[in-house]
Amino acid sequence: MSFINFSSREITCKIVYYGPGLCGKTTNLQYIYNKTDPQLRGKMISLATETERTLFFDFLPIAFGEIRGFKIRFQLYTVPGQIFYDASRKLILKGVDGIVFVADSQIARLEANEESMENLKSNLAEQGYSLEKVPYVIQYNKRDMPNIAPVEELRALLNPKGVPDFEAVASQGIGVFETLKSIAKLVLVEVRRQAG
Amino acid sequence: MTEPQMVMYEEEYRQIQAIVSRLVKEANARVVFVIDKNGQEIAKAGEVDQLDTTSLASLTAGNIAATGGIAKLLREKEFTTQFHEGERANIHIQLVGNRVILVVIFDNKTSLGLVRLRVKKASEELNAVFEELLRKVADPNRESPFAEITDEDIDNLFKD
Repeated sequence: MSFINFSSREITCKIVYYGPGLCGKTTNLQYIYNKTDPQLRGKMISLATETERTLFFDFLPIAFGEIRGFKIRFQLYTVPGQIFYDASRKLILKGVDGIVFVADSQIARLEANEESMENLKSNLAEQGYSLEKVPYVIQYNKRDMPNIAPVEELRALLNPKGVPDFEAVASQGIGVFETLKSIAKLVLVEVRRQAG
Repeated sequence: MTEPQMVMYEEEYRQIQAIVSRLVKEANARVVFVIDKNGQEIAKAGEVDQLDTTSLASLTAGNIAATGGIAKLLREKEFTTQFHEGERANIHIQLVGNRVILVVIFDNKTSLGLVRLRVKKASEELNAVFEELLRKVADPNRESPFAEITDEDIDNLFKD
């Protein structure tokens, strides 16, 4: 649910990075944090376990410039990927404006990707949302790993609708900003559609 | 989407800011702020200069969301109040109209009793303002800064 503030002349939107455990959601946010001008970003918060697995969420606020005198801000969240944190994932999806589904390209994780995509659909449905309405993009991460599935196979499994998708190596920053810009743009187009 | 866009207009912002500023004084608190349930900051007052209110807003909303999740499991409607006591600072978190969150940070210059009393009054006032705001937002003829923007405006934002 975007927030249009006429008083501070700001528009804030919420983007959630979703995907199976260890697919690189937090790594995406860390790269964005490290490469964004400190004046355009806030602090990154990670609520993680002692072994650095996401426990509740990561949070990173960033600014993207102005449109017609309104500052455009995005709040980036990740969900915990591990299966048993489902209750937390549902909470973080509340009020979402756009989703980045981060898939793990490794063959051994194909099933985990599919499960996570199904989990995303059912968690959205519980709140009256659906992937038909919420803008989303897909990132095929870990393209540098040895045993990876071809993009075509991942696409057939995860992207039947043909939404924008990107190959990435988030740990090196490859594909990270392309993914972010793509979802940010889709979200703004949707905000405009709702306003019109 | 099921939820409408949250919109804040100048008039309601001034009313909310007035309530929040008064609450800081009347409760003798250090900081008061109002955020929506998604963690977006709406208004703040008091010693906010040294405070990362963006992070606080996001964490408080996460906290309220988690507590709401616990309530649901216990078949409670909601736990509307939370209080955390520290050595130097205490924080009182109040859900207002199941819509926004009123946060008061205070120290030993005041008491929990006084904070609770003032929060109750401020919550009622805030609730009335947000009711009015929701009515405005639901008006199909309301102005929107976004209805007029072009594809070019959006593209320009992402130029390298």
